[in-house]
Amino acid sequence: MLAAGLRDPKDVASVRKRLADLRQQYSYAAVLVRELVATDFRIKYQSSFLGYLWSLLRPLFMFVIMYIFFGIFLGAGGGLPNYASYLLLGILLWNFFAEVTSGGVTAVVGQAGMLRKLYFPKYTVILSVAITSFINLLINGVVLAILMSVFGADIGWESFLLIPLVIELAIFGTGVAFMLSALYVRFRDTGYVWDILLQAGMYVTPIFYSLSFVRGKSLWTAAFLSLNPMAQIIQDVRYVMITKQTTTLDDLVRTGWFRLIPIAFVLAFTSWAIWFFKRRAPMFAEEV
Amino acid sequence: MDIALSVKDIHKEFILPHERHSSLKAVLMRTRDRGYEMQHVLRGVSFDIPKGEFFGIVGRNGSGKSTLLKILAGIYQPTSGTVERDGSLVPLIELGVGFNPELSARDNVYLNGAMVGFSRRQVDGMYDDIVEFAGLSQFMDQKLKNYSSGMQVRLAFSIATRTKADILLLDEVLAVGDADFQRKCLAYFHDLKQSGATVIFVSHSMDSVREFCDRAVLLEQGELVAAGTADEVAQAYTRLFSPPPEPESEGADGQRFGTGDVRFEHAEVSPEFTETDDDIAITARLSPRAGFDRRVRLGVLIRTAEGTHVLGSNSATATEARAFEAEVTGSTDIHWHVPNILNDGDYSVTLIAADAASHEILEQWDEAAHFSVRREPRTTNLMAPSISLAVVPVG
Repeated sequence: MLAAGLRDPKDVASVRKRLADLRQQYSYAAVLVRELVATDFRIKYQSSFLGYLWSLLRPLFMFVIMYIFFGIFLGAGGGLPNYASYLLLGILLWNFFAEVTSGGVTAVVGQAGMLRKLYFPKYTVILSVAITSFINLLINGVVLAILMSVFGADIGWESFLLIPLVIELAIFGTGVAFMLSALYVRFRDTGYVWDILLQAGMYVTPIFYSLSFVRGKSLWTAAFLSLNPMAQIIQDVRYVMITKQTTTLDDLVRTGWFRLIPIAFVLAFTSWAIWFFKRRAPMFAEEV
Repeated sequence: MDIALSVKDIHKEFILPHERHSSLKAVLMRTRDRGYEMQHVLRGVSFDIPKGEFFGIVGRNGSGKSTLLKILAGIYQPTSGTVERDGSLVPLIELGVGFNPELSARDNVYLNGAMVGFSRRQVDGMYDDIVEFAGLSQFMDQKLKNYSSGMQVRLAFSIATRTKADILLLDEVLAVGDADFQRKCLAYFHDLKQSGATVIFVSHSMDSVREFCDRAVLLEQGELVAAGTADEVAQAYTRLFSPPPEPESEGADGQRFGTGDVRFEHAEVSPEFTETDDDIAITARLSPRAGFDRRVRLGVLIRTAEGTHVLGSNSATATEARAFEAEVTGSTDIHWHVPNILNDGDYSVTLIAADAASHEILEQWDEAAHFSVRREPRTTNLMAPSISLAVVPVG
């Protein structure tokens, strides 16, 4: 019995000590993450003329190009209201995913010097990449909010669902980053393979086209595409923020349980990725 | 006695593939190159370090010291065996870990501070001291890449000296730099010792080990070959570099080089083993080649087993009065008398004959002979002359 065991003052002391150790360990990790994130921002800010602005401008340029080609010339909007907001939101969410995962690939190897000279919790380097990307996403979100007020949006009570959806996105991106960074230590091909997969992912995920467009050709393809967690997240965020005409999983598959597939996948995959990373982490110092 | 660190039967093997399997192709086409070597770096190392001890780890290059240090720090995982630790540990294997050249020195203080476990607020509190100790107050807003390597080391060391941990791992390579910096490092090691911290100290310098360490272990090819007081281990370490014992120093034929116009023979030291302050006599016969009739400058050099030059009677900078020159036309016996002010240890004798005019080396005979001096108790100094003392009350 725990309670009975704790009556022994020796046990109380040892539990207290263990708690203190844990607190020390996590506060060290927190300080480290904070400094790594701050370093990243300082360097971005200092190293170029427009500094940090570039992180914001890149997705905006991508948006302008895509809007001109797909929206105006090709009509990929398919008559969706608020297509500009719809497109920009998709680009920003995808951009976060691309940033956190490709940053994750080199996160561990990039700290090789530190790995060989210091003992520290390895997950801190992944968390710092994730937090850096997340801050970028939030700042982009401010820009998006301004543009949404210009291009149009559909904000209501349901918009609060944005929060759990963004959390799901952050968990998924971080999970993929955990897996990729551990793989990259052993296999340097990971970087190239992931580049290609990201490219492919951009087309598989309905970022610039609407799912209803695909649905018109094949319902099953559309359903299959939207099982991809990135598609589910992007479509759901659009649904709650931009327009109720966004095609989501609910429209494609009437069974409610299907809703859970992408979410369950995100949670299961991320748990596995963390387990995998943790298992590989003790060998990083020797293998990088 | 409380144990700070307990090491039990540590083994470490590195798998060294002939070609690194860091690409997919290499893994998929494993059949083509499956060659690898196992490198057994540590073979069953065990020891305990009580709290508050200054503990030395010594060994030659490649003996497994660095690997052991990294295992103690948790950076490497042992193949088998355990390390049990009570308290926090910070490794100072290298200075300035995580320094980013693109950041200002100020930002790097916070970054490096975080690496060794300080929060932002803690660094705030010690920032001025760090800067002042490094002597860099005017340069803190400069990017680190514009620092000289000396300035970087000063800054990094200044942060390192603030490190607070129950156990510190120190690599002696920290103390590289100019004389002033080395003094600062040694002063820091002294302070650590005074403070009663548990320190694990890796060093090649037996003088430092004797000076700082309470106990030490000697690693040789991944095994602990000696453990005991700093003095015992330092002696064992020194013996690793001594040639195998030979009954007669005359039989020891070391390295010779030079033009060979003259040749030393029959080098002899008497006594070969001494516990007294009596002079040490070195005798050798010098035989010139037929027809040789130039002036020769003769020199003798005494080295410790570690190779430190202790004293000698010949160098290019020797004054006229100290240089020893002679006309050599036939076989000549040469006798040197060296006052024995040497400390406990094993020594080797090098004999040198150079052309007096051109300073060209005609013959240099390293390890021409060996001798040993025993002093009880041993001091940590290089020399151990008898020093007389007079205490005269004034008034």
